[in-house]
Amino acid sequence: MQTSDTLDNTPSMSDPSIIIDVQNIKKKYNGHTAVSGISLAIAQGSCFGLLGPNGAGKTTTVEMMENIIDQDSGKIFYKGGPRNKTFNQEVGIQFQHTELLAFLTVEETLKTFAAFYDTPLPVEDMIALCMLENIKTSLNNKISGGQRQRLLLSLALLNDPDLIFLDEPSTGLDPQARKHIWEIIRDMNQKGKTIILTTHYMEEAETLCDTVAIMDKGRIIAQGSPQSLIDTHCQDMDGPWNLESVFLKLTGKRLRD
Amino acid sequence: MNFKRMWALFVARNFEFIRDRAGFGWNILFPFLIVAGFGVMFSSDSRSEFKVGVFPVVPDQMVVTDLEIPERLKTYDYIKIVPFETYDAAVDKLLHHKIDMLLKNSGPKLHYWINASSPKGAVLEKVVKESVISEDMFAERMVKQQVKGKQIRYIDWLFPGILGMNIMFSSLFGVGYVIVRYRRSGVLKRLKATPVTAFEYLTAQLASRVWIMLCTSFLVWFGCDLLFDFQMEGSYLDAAVIFLAGTLCLVSLGLILACRGTNEELTNGIINFICWPMMFLSEVWFSLEGASEWVKSIARVLPLTHFLSAVRKIVNDGATLADVSSELAILLVMSVVFLTIGSLLFSWTK
Repeated sequence: MQTSDTLDNTPSMSDPSIIIDVQNIKKKYNGHTAVSGISLAIAQGSCFGLLGPNGAGKTTTVEMMENIIDQDSGKIFYKGGPRNKTFNQEVGIQFQHTELLAFLTVEETLKTFAAFYDTPLPVEDMIALCMLENIKTSLNNKISGGQRQRLLLSLALLNDPDLIFLDEPSTGLDPQARKHIWEIIRDMNQKGKTIILTTHYMEEAETLCDTVAIMDKGRIIAQGSPQSLIDTHCQDMDGPWNLESVFLKLTGKRLRD
Repeated sequence: MNFKRMWALFVARNFEFIRDRAGFGWNILFPFLIVAGFGVMFSSDSRSEFKVGVFPVVPDQMVVTDLEIPERLKTYDYIKIVPFETYDAAVDKLLHHKIDMLLKNSGPKLHYWINASSPKGAVLEKVVKESVISEDMFAERMVKQQVKGKQIRYIDWLFPGILGMNIMFSSLFGVGYVIVRYRRSGVLKRLKATPVTAFEYLTAQLASRVWIMLCTSFLVWFGCDLLFDFQMEGSYLDAAVIFLAGTLCLVSLGLILACRGTNEELTNGIINFICWPMMFLSEVWFSLEGASEWVKSIARVLPLTHFLSAVRKIVNDGATLADVSSELAILLVMSVVFLTIGSLLFSWTK
């Protein structure tokens, strides 16, 4: 990953290893600044974690990168150019809060979404990958929260994406289901997929991500590999040191909304 | 534009509708119940338009022919005689418009009461006066003529209105309300993250709802026809074309309501604000013949008015598509305008 503080409003054309290049993006909602000038250059094949307390601007940042919402200013380039029609064919997204069509079965949902893409993976493979065999004939409104998370992950992976956005993919899951999701994410990353992950679980970020950025009040306040952040910020603290120590030191212990 | 994506969305929406048993059942049952209810209400022995109270009469022992009221009044088809034991009980009903006139059951001189604010009472007063005058007095000055042509039952006139009303409710709530709910719950946001375009999504929603409404209207028509044996003067194919155009127009109107917003309560209010005036001004239940010109002007801008006008001309009068070409053209133009506005304003998330 590279970061850029000096902006020239041109994509990182010289570096084909950069899959998504974010340049000084800003976003306000009703006068409140959600994101105030973030720049990131995320390398192809990396697993990038975006951490931050509630209201830090993580989801807004990621949704601007996903092209779901427009930034007020700044630019975002994908594979060295503007995001065009192929962007949605090559990107997989799992949102934090998503409902699905209530009266479709799990298998029908996958088949419906598969029809949206030019070259989807076989639905049977996704069912097997995300362990949905037992619920494939169940209606979406009858499956549990954990099963729903697995279905949403399978939808994000269905188009064999180059870039995968996962917004708190393991929130609300039991430890077994979380480990299973981690295995899938790690497997995708090993296959060369780029993953952008937001999470509240520091252990998750430390285990999966090769690079993390910590956000607070709409800005990135620290970034680097988990170990480099621990080394940089925990020298004057009592052990044991981990990413959570870094997070609490940088964002404080005050309760957030 | 990608037909594979549109077909997938079309099929998915159809599954959603059919598997939602409560919603699906209500869409069939609602118009059927209304038509059946009106069928019973307007059957031959329930057609009284005026209610005349008579006292003192013991209700269980009333024999109409024994009442001491004008003989001719007892024979009128559209007057129902309602017995009361006392004056107090009867006049209370008159004051509350539950009966239209009150007669005293005694003596050669007829005593009667009406509610001064009741138009029906005023008309009945004339009828009662006429009933005590010999018919010979009219013979010189009045000649009754027979109406030529086929006379239409009220139920035959009403039935297209009920179907149109059902299509209106289903189009506005089934498209407008549902899409706003999908937007609030994040379903649309998830679709935005795929290659599906707004045009593909809206077209699939439109096609699905039109298809569903045509199928349910056919089922309701078939079921009601078995019960009431509707008179169909025109061509079923012509009627189907008008139903297609009318449904297309109303669903397109629903898409305008669905193009923005995440507040279901507000959408519900707006849809009701549109539906109720349209129901009354588009002649679903009664004709606007004789209404003020400004009321008719408002009615003319409502799509349901043109839809029902065309359907009734075909069903009741045997008109052809050429005869209703102006209504058809208006419906198609409105559809294009509504669709264009809906597509331009559509947002997946806001």
